[in-house]
This record gives sequence, structure tokens and C-alpha cells, in this order.
Amino acid sequence: MYGWIFRHLPGPLWVRIITSLALIAGVLVLMVQFLFPWMSQFTTLTDSTIGSAQQP
Amino acid sequence: MVQQQSEASTAVPGDTLPAAGRPRQQLRKRRITPADVARKILQVFGELLLTAGVVLLLFVAWELWWTNVEADAKQGQAIEKFAKDFTGPVTPPAKKVDYGKPKVTAAPGYGETIGVMYVPRFGKEYSRPIIQGTGVDVLDSLGLGHYEGTTMPGAPGNFAVAGHRQTHGAVLDNIHQLVPGDRIYVQTKDGYYTYVYRNNQIVLPSRTDVLLPVPTKEDAKPRDSYLTMTSCNPRFGAQERIIAYSLLESWQPASAGPPPEIAALVAKNHGKA
Repeated sequence: MYGWIFRHLPGPLWVRIITSLALIAGVLVLMVQFLFPWMSQFTTLTDSTIGSAQQP
Repeated sequence: MVQQQSEASTAVPGDTLPAAGRPRQQLRKRRITPADVARKILQVFGELLLTAGVVLLLFVAWELWWTNVEADAKQGQAIEKFAKDFTGPVTPPAKKVDYGKPKVTAAPGYGETIGVMYVPRFGKEYSRPIIQGTGVDVLDSLGLGHYEGTTMPGAPGNFAVAGHRQTHGAVLDNIHQLVPGDRIYVQTKDGYYTYVYRNNQIVLPSRTDVLLPVPTKEDAKPRDSYLTMTSCNPRFGAQERIIAYSLLESWQPASAGPPPEIAALVAKNHGKA
């Protein structure tokens, strides 16, 4: 899959290396901004309140 | 005979040389077998599994490390903003004076800063903002959240705050290390409230009675001012809650200056160190 993507990137090798690094960085940013905060609700580490005051 | 031999010998090396277009012909001839398809599917599946593993590891790193970095920055900003609006000296009073009944102000709106908490037992540099409300948005970035509906500092009753044991600043990570007699200082725009830590209790998350005006005592009329801190227990878990109770010992107005024990840190927070 990743090999297929790498082969289909345009340009010479060094351009493809830079493009793939940029793609990885972009995916990381998306994960930190959206995926991880969303996943965070499924961990119980952050429950520190008592009873009715607890937020979902 | 000789001619034939030479013909044969010249033909052999010619045969081993790659004839133009021959490999392509071979490729065209080779058909995609079901085994090839299965191999490809397995390969993609395996790559997806590896990706999921890496993503989960990154998530753990984000949760346990990066959220602290982010929260520390936001809490530092909240303290900075609070310090800007605060009027009063940052040098401690020359002698101990009894300032009488503590001043009690109305609770601010949700998400607004009530003050700053100083706990020397948690470290010389420990100061965290106290924000009104215990919503995820408050606790996940701004530090200690004040339970709406519990009293404000200084009033008879229970000033209750929640904070994360882990992640998002881990503001109450060392709550179990408090020793009876430890001072906990709450600074509001009105002054400094000095609490003395008394004991802790480990309860189930459903025990809302720890937030009562007299903690765990139904229908009791409060005479003292309590400070109750709640956090998760055990560390890195959330099956229970750890509750730390403290009692108000003294109060001094902002105009009198901070208590000596935290004076240096107050001055630092106010940019006057």
C-alpha cells in the first residue's frame, strides 16, 4: 500500500521523499488536532470529577 | 561438419543474451493467480495493522506527554492574565495580623478564573489556576475546576475543586503525597486564603456527598470553611476518586501581601521577582 503510494508520487526520488515526509507530517497534524482529542473520550484517565458533576 | 559446429557454437551465446522484447512477452504471459491476490490483500492488511499500532503508540505519547505541554502553556497564560488584573503588593506583611472574617465574592461565570492555588508540597514552583466549572473544556486545559454550586473560598461550607491526576497538566498528580498540616494557599483577587490539609479519602466516583457543605455529612450546617480536592485514583486509572480535605486556617486581604511561604512564587508569577 505504502509502496504503491510511493511509486505513484510524481517527480524524481528526492522529490518523492520530500513529498512523502510532507504527507506524513500532514497526517500527524490531523491526528493531533482531531483524531486524538476524539479518542481521548474513550480513555478513563481523565475522569477526575465526582458523581453528577461529571461531564460525558 | 566443422561449419555446423561453428554455427551451433555461435548460436549458443546468442541464445543466452536477452533478446529484445522477450521479458515483456514473459510478463504478458504470466497470469495473476488467486495466490497473488491473497498475498496482496494480506500485505495491505498487515500494513494497516502496523499503521494502527503506530497510531496507538502516538496516541499514548500524545495523551501522557503532549497534553501536559499544551495544558501547562494554557495554565501559564491564565495565571499571567490573573496576575495582570491583581492589585496588591507581592511582599509578605511584616507581622502576623488577624484580618478577621474572610471576604467572600460571588462566583464568576463558567470558564472564568477564580484565582490561583499554591501547594508547596507539590513543589516550590507549583501554582495552578482555579477556573469556574468542571466541564471537559476547563479540566482538559485550564487546570483546577471549581464545582459550580459549591461555595467560594472563605465562606462557611465546601470550596470543592477537581483536577486531573494524569494528562492535561496532571495538576493533582501528587495529591497522595500531602501530609496532614500542609498548607494550601488560594489566591483570589480579594486576597489569600490559607488552608491546612487534614486527611484524604478514597471513594467510588458516585460519592457526591464529598461535595456537601460539610463533606459526607448530610444536612449538617457548616461552621468551618473546607477545601475539597478531587482527582482520579489510582494513578493512571479511574476506578476510584481520591478526595483531599483541608480546613481554612487564616485569611489576609490582597493589600496585606502574600503569606511568607509563597511570597517568592507570587512575586515570580506577577513578574516582580
